Amino acid sequence: MSTQFAEPAGQDDGQVCHIEYLAEVSGLSTDEIEDLVSIGLIAPADDAVRPPAFGLCCVLTVKTARRLRDDFQLDRHGVALALTLVQQIRELRAELKALQARLG
Amino acid sequence: MKFKDYYQALGVARSASADEIKKSYRKLAHKYHPDVSKDPGGEEKFKEVAEAYATLKDPEKRQAYDDLGRRPAGEPFTPPPDWQQRFHMDESGFEDVDLSDLFAAFGRAGHGPRPQSDPPRRGQDFEIAAPVTLEQIFHGGEIEVRAELPESDPNGLVHRVVRTFRITLPKGAGDGYRLRLAGKGGPGHKGGAVGDLYVALALQPHSLYRPSGRDLYLDLPLAPWEAALGAEVDIPTLAGSVTLKVKPGTQSGHKLRLARRGLAATDGSIGDLYAQVRIDVPGTLSPAERDLFVQLAAVSGFNPRQHFLSGAPA
Repeated sequence: MSTQFAEPAGQDDGQVCHIEYLAEVSGLSTDEIEDLVSIGLIAPADDAVRPPAFGLCCVLTVKTARRLRDDFQLDRHGVALALTLVQQIRELRAELKALQARLG
Repeated sequence: MKFKDYYQALGVARSASADEIKKSYRKLAHKYHPDVSKDPGGEEKFKEVAEAYATLKDPEKRQAYDDLGRRPAGEPFTPPPDWQQRFHMDESGFEDVDLSDLFAAFGRAGHGPRPQSDPPRRGQDFEIAAPVTLEQIFHGGEIEVRAELPESDPNGLVHRVVRTFRITLPKGAGDGYRLRLAGKGGPGHKGGAVGDLYVALALQPHSLYRPSGRDLYLDLPLAPWEAALGAEVDIPTLAGSVTLKVKPGTQSGHKLRLARRGLAATDGSIGDLYAQVRIDVPGTLSPAERDLFVQLAAVSGFNPRQHFLSGAPA
């Protein structure tokens, strides 16, 4: 078994992509992705740029949305609600972990 | 190829109706889905459940699965001759094929006419977790990650191959940070682009430090006389030992900050290390120590419960 040397890109290294790419890698439609943009679950890297460009970290969000849609058989509103709640839970877990570290 | 018991994975009888299978899948998905479950083994369990449901919800695939007969889960088996014909394979060709990949390819490899338009499709992205230590994150450098990834044979059948990647940790990467290895995921279909491999860093618990964002917290046990009289103590940091001055009268719970001794952020800033004071007393006392504590108790006017008397908070 050989080892490959791979040059990784970090989640926040400034690379951007367009909505069509997000649709291609996630399997969501561009309409579904626009839903996520309209409720602020993902945002363009720069509001002034047209067509809007998204940070590559948005790939992970749209893939989670697709997973939730397919695995729980959700409609568009359900996906947005579930993703909002999943993100809130992740933030709360991170805060809890940080607090536990401080409290010892 | 190893047999998988899809009915067992979903917790239903082999005679279960499509509706019962769907109900059971939904129940287990709510319980084990990695986005909602707190169960550390939930992701693996959900994969088994989702794989089983993907086959059993489709009547044609379920029939093909049932035709394999009943076997113990994990038992090696060879697909029947008509499957070998369907996938243009001999017996040995199935050795490194996963049953789920075979069922996923089932529709595509049928004997019927192929769909008129079979456009190129991008390969699947994969995500794996890579355990990293605090020292690896602090010092950077390379880590090795292994992933079982699919590769298509000339017949389009997917084989699982273990690959090892040596990757450099970028500065500022932390717990949950994701690295993207472009073009290292699943193969594209009909000339479609190769998918990507995402590596999510999973920080392992450390015996001394507790990370909170870029800051690190460390318990600093002090003897009662060190806390009362002050002391110079050696503190282990990720960059080596430093000497910290503890002021006289230091209380339990105090946080002593060592600036820029934490973890680096991607913007170049560096977190702090907090040494959290904990006053430990000896579990057993030598006769001389006991005498000294008795003398101290006799001469000291210190009452740590003074506020009980006045009703005021400490």
